[in-house]
Amino acid sequence: MEKIEIKDLNLFYGKFQALINVNMPVREKLVTAMIGSSGCGKSTLLRCINRMNDLVEDVMVKGSVMVDGSDIYREGVDLVALRKKVGMVFQRPNPFPLSIYNNVAFGPKVHHTTGKDELDAIVEESLSSVLLWNELKDKLNTSALRLSLEQKQRLCIARLIAVKSEVLLMDEPCSALDPIATLKIEELMQQLKKDYTIIIVTHNMQQAARVSDETGFMLLGELVEFGKTENIFTRPKDKRTEDYITGRFG
Amino acid sequence: MERHFDEALKDLNTDILRMGAFAEEAIYKSIEALKKCDNSIAKSVVNNDKKIDELELAIDEKCIDLIARYQPMAKDLRFITTGMKLNTELERIADIAVDIAQRALEVIDKPILKPLIDLPKLAAVAQMMVKTAIDSFIKGDVDMAKKVLLSDPEADRLRDLIQKELVEDYMAKDASTSPRAIQLLLIARFLERVCDHATNIAEDVIYMVQAEVVKHHPERLRQ
Repeated sequence: MEKIEIKDLNLFYGKFQALINVNMPVREKLVTAMIGSSGCGKSTLLRCINRMNDLVEDVMVKGSVMVDGSDIYREGVDLVALRKKVGMVFQRPNPFPLSIYNNVAFGPKVHHTTGKDELDAIVEESLSSVLLWNELKDKLNTSALRLSLEQKQRLCIARLIAVKSEVLLMDEPCSALDPIATLKIEELMQQLKKDYTIIIVTHNMQQAARVSDETGFMLLGELVEFGKTENIFTRPKDKRTEDYITGRFG
Repeated sequence: MERHFDEALKDLNTDILRMGAFAEEAIYKSIEALKKCDNSIAKSVVNNDKKIDELELAIDEKCIDLIARYQPMAKDLRFITTGMKLNTELERIADIAVDIAQRALEVIDKPILKPLIDLPKLAAVAQMMVKTAIDSFIKGDVDMAKKVLLSDPEADRLRDLIQKELVEDYMAKDASTSPRAIQLLLIARFLERVCDHATNIAEDVIYMVQAEVVKHHPERLRQ
């Protein structure tokens, strides 16, 4: 089932067109990977899905992004509710300078959950979902800034789980991590996709091949090819995809 | 500037072609040994097998090394995996050539059971199929590969014909012919197996070129 449907999406930064007529489905509870060389528009596309590009000056978006059948670019959309539903994890983990507990509890508090028992339960459930609970249950009051990079990235994902995000946007979530930590985050993604729809932007094609169910290849703002990951990496239909994934350009 | 990976792929291609040439030569010589009743040719097939086994191991090692180092994708991945499969098929063809040569050594010194008519025909089909299969790999030519696949029923027909004649006209009528007839039966069986390996190569070449699996799906050949 489609969780998100991107239809005829065009995006301009001033006069520069960064996305050209992108059409793409994102299926529920799968991992969708976006690949392509730097500047091809994959992060821009990702940021369209929770309207993070609205924060960029002089940006203009045409077309629609349907989340659960509803266009997030229609007038009057509640952006706070949208970004609660469609959360984002960035290249470098960005925990708040607060305790581990308060990092996770921050979102629920903003969304008016105040009862201590309820918050405790959310913190435990969220940290358990990212496989951090056993490691950190006795250090919940320690500053999150003291965690390792991998733990920080897991914590950032836990923050999204705490506010019951349904879609996780991941922009190069492992680029700051070492190979072992990367594998742990990839394993986590496989666990999380049972309950969440995940879209990952990555420069690492092997990572896209390992973690994703469907893959889109972008070039100069266009979505050149989209399909099942196994097909994209073994039998791409478009020569430009073939050339990119075999390293013959890019 | 050519990438190191492309040079490594070319190097692998050269090795697979050498393997193909060795297998083709082994089959050709084993049949020549039988036709000419020449012990020395048969022995040279047996003696050359070690060299082919060593090349098989070297090619396998190169393929594994390339996958481990470069994590190839798409057509590069298909080329390397097909190369590994071809390597195995060609080595098996060379092994069968040894089997044929060994059977030839058994019959060469004995009185001729019968003039060889259908066996040389089957040998010619087998040689043609191996050569065409290797050429289809060299040229990436799907039509040539399909030609190999379409030749396989003829090989089966000739094998059945040879088998029927040897069993019904010789072994059933005169049991004393059995030791020589069995050798010829085995050779026919070996040649038919060579054709099966050529067929496998052709199917792998179609996958390499078109990314389409035709193995066990003959209906896809007609599309």
